[in-house]
Amino acid sequence: MDLKIKVGMASCGLAAGANDIYNAIKDYQKDSDIDISLEKTGCIGMCFAEPLIEIIADDKSATYGYLKEDKLKDIIENFAKGEPQKGNMILSNFADAEENETLASQTRIVLRNVGQINPISIDDYIERDGYKALEKAIKELSPSKVIAEIKESGLRGRGGAGFPTGLKWQFAATQFSNKKYIVCNADEGDPGAFMDRSVLEGDPHSIIEGMAIGAYAIGADEGYIYCRAEYPMAIKHLKIAIKQAEENNKLGNNILGTKFNFKLHIKEGAGAFVCGEETALMASIEGERGMPRIRPPFPAQSGLWGKPTNINNVETFANIAWIILNGAKEYNKYGTEKSRGTKVFALAGKIRNSGLIEVPMGIPLRDVIYKVGGGIKNNRPFKGVQLGGPSGGCLPESMLDTLVDYESINKTGAIMGSGGMVVMDDTTCMVDVARFFLNFTQNESCGKCTFCRVGTKRMLEILTRITEGKGVLEDIERLENLAENVAKGSLCGLGQTAPNPVLTTLKYFKEEYLSHIEDKKCVAGVCTNLLTYEINPDLCVGCTLCAKKCPVSCISGAVKQPHEIDQDQCIKCGACYAACKFGAITKS
Amino acid sequence: MLQNKKEIDLIINKYAGKKGFLIPLLQEVQDIERYLSKDVMRYVAEKTNTKLAEIYGVATFYSMFRLRPQGENIIRVCKGTACHVSGANSIASAVREYLNLSGDEDTTADGKFTVMEVACLGCCSLAPVIMINDDTHGKLTASSVTKLLAKYKK
Repeated sequence: MDLKIKVGMASCGLAAGANDIYNAIKDYQKDSDIDISLEKTGCIGMCFAEPLIEIIADDKSATYGYLKEDKLKDIIENFAKGEPQKGNMILSNFADAEENETLASQTRIVLRNVGQINPISIDDYIERDGYKALEKAIKELSPSKVIAEIKESGLRGRGGAGFPTGLKWQFAATQFSNKKYIVCNADEGDPGAFMDRSVLEGDPHSIIEGMAIGAYAIGADEGYIYCRAEYPMAIKHLKIAIKQAEENNKLGNNILGTKFNFKLHIKEGAGAFVCGEETALMASIEGERGMPRIRPPFPAQSGLWGKPTNINNVETFANIAWIILNGAKEYNKYGTEKSRGTKVFALAGKIRNSGLIEVPMGIPLRDVIYKVGGGIKNNRPFKGVQLGGPSGGCLPESMLDTLVDYESINKTGAIMGSGGMVVMDDTTCMVDVARFFLNFTQNESCGKCTFCRVGTKRMLEILTRITEGKGVLEDIERLENLAENVAKGSLCGLGQTAPNPVLTTLKYFKEEYLSHIEDKKCVAGVCTNLLTYEINPDLCVGCTLCAKKCPVSCISGAVKQPHEIDQDQCIKCGACYAACKFGAITKS
Repeated sequence: MLQNKKEIDLIINKYAGKKGFLIPLLQEVQDIERYLSKDVMRYVAEKTNTKLAEIYGVATFYSMFRLRPQGENIIRVCKGTACHVSGANSIASAVREYLNLSGDEDTTADGKFTVMEVACLGCCSLAPVIMINDDTHGKLTASSVTKLLAKYKK
């Protein structure tokens, strides 16, 4: 029997050891009677079970995960015999595999090719209708017809703010200029988000096609993909894909025999979160410090080097070819009235099936976490879910019936954001999470606006002292005041949304702030200064291990006698807690 | 006198007259020099007819640019949200302890390792994660990370 095996080799797969798996199958292939065609593909999406392979034979396909090299032989041979084994099976199209539900509630438009094709093969992309939409657009549709189609589709910018894409294109298209630019924002900076990385690594041609269609629609002949340097594989795949597209006349001059010319460049970011803001991003492409400027003029009026420029993010562009090819009406079938289509999320944190998912808009958050995500890791209680990264907010259990669409999520105080979804359980301290995000925004503030530069610093200081047990009740009011002023007094999205993590945790988890301030307790056991380590004399056998591990020598006791911690000297490092083999040390 | 003058000249010539050259030029120079020294920045300023203040401004704005020498191996400890809630702090301190780094030191005395903290490496499902040079390693614990580092120490 002929088998096709795809190995998921995106960054996360490689980090989990996909290379060893690929090489092992390659070795096996040499000596085996089974005819195997082996391929590399992008992120299969179920990152929790990496490394992953998909085996396909005739009409049967199954995905196997948690792989080790020594398990491969059996999996392949059983499959070839027509008796696919259940062990290690994650998904299949024929049997009830463990995680089939993760796919049941998903709709794949943006991720249509990710994890399916070899990302650096233009032939693979073309075989799955790639570049057909570009051909249709430039040969059959006028630029205004393309824009009308995108407007009708209701597609909104997937970078976070949700501005209607068709309208944005129209602004740029109606500017009179002999030179226009189109830019793809691939500076995915939100910590806890990896949707764009997966698309760039797994289906780079879809971005190129989307940008080319956009360029045609607005009248641009040059484009830039601004990609963060932390994604070396994404940059590598983009470079290969651009070269292939040029060789195949999908980029360059007289594309597909028409008068349409489009040249595409890659710009590597240099590590500045604020460059995700469009005016800062353009300053960075121009080679300057990436600092935002006042709008208007909007980029559509005066953007890169003063020319009309249109900027969209990776996921937005990945939708374009699908919409042009299948039509706005088809796209409208997914989502809600005001939020059409699907949204890609990166599920991470304390969730069982962490990974990359795409769901129709309007699905309740609860379904995303419990159905698609499989619930909380190790069956611990759910505490909160963080949406939208440092610009977003944390929502509690009571808000889980919120629908995933722009308006509903904005109402809660969080934002849709670019799609990072970090799930937290009872071992996460919400004050610490707020401090974490403020630390991030404070570091990344470019320093232009006083309120963002100084205000985030002051907020961070207050949060730090609360987590250290030095907070006072008035601090909560101070935080609220500062939050309001930082949001009002900042020029760009970074400062305007920086207070959101603090405001939402104050709104939904105020009791945690109060217990830090009033009782000097951190219920999650995260804030070290508020912890007490004690030795239970009934369980301590006097092995002296903890005393040896203690870096400040504050544990005393004779051999085979219960030991004791000197609380005044203890630095709460937890070394004794980790070392004790008898569970005699308690943390509270 | 610059050691890699020839290579740097090649890079400068490659970008001569191109718009928006400064950041990619500095990135490539840093790839050779491993950091941007005062002399290098002065040289680039002179050769490209750019104000030294502008170069210094760009070099200090972006976190990828380094003004101090860096080690042979670059360790990026991810401090993204998913890594943070999965114990990135203990990974960071294990790394620093293993490499004997104290205070705000970021490079080992033998010049073998430089440790940096980065916002997110985008491998959140495998949190906590670190990246050594171009390789990402996930699902780490304080003890597995030291084993990993031992391999590079050889």
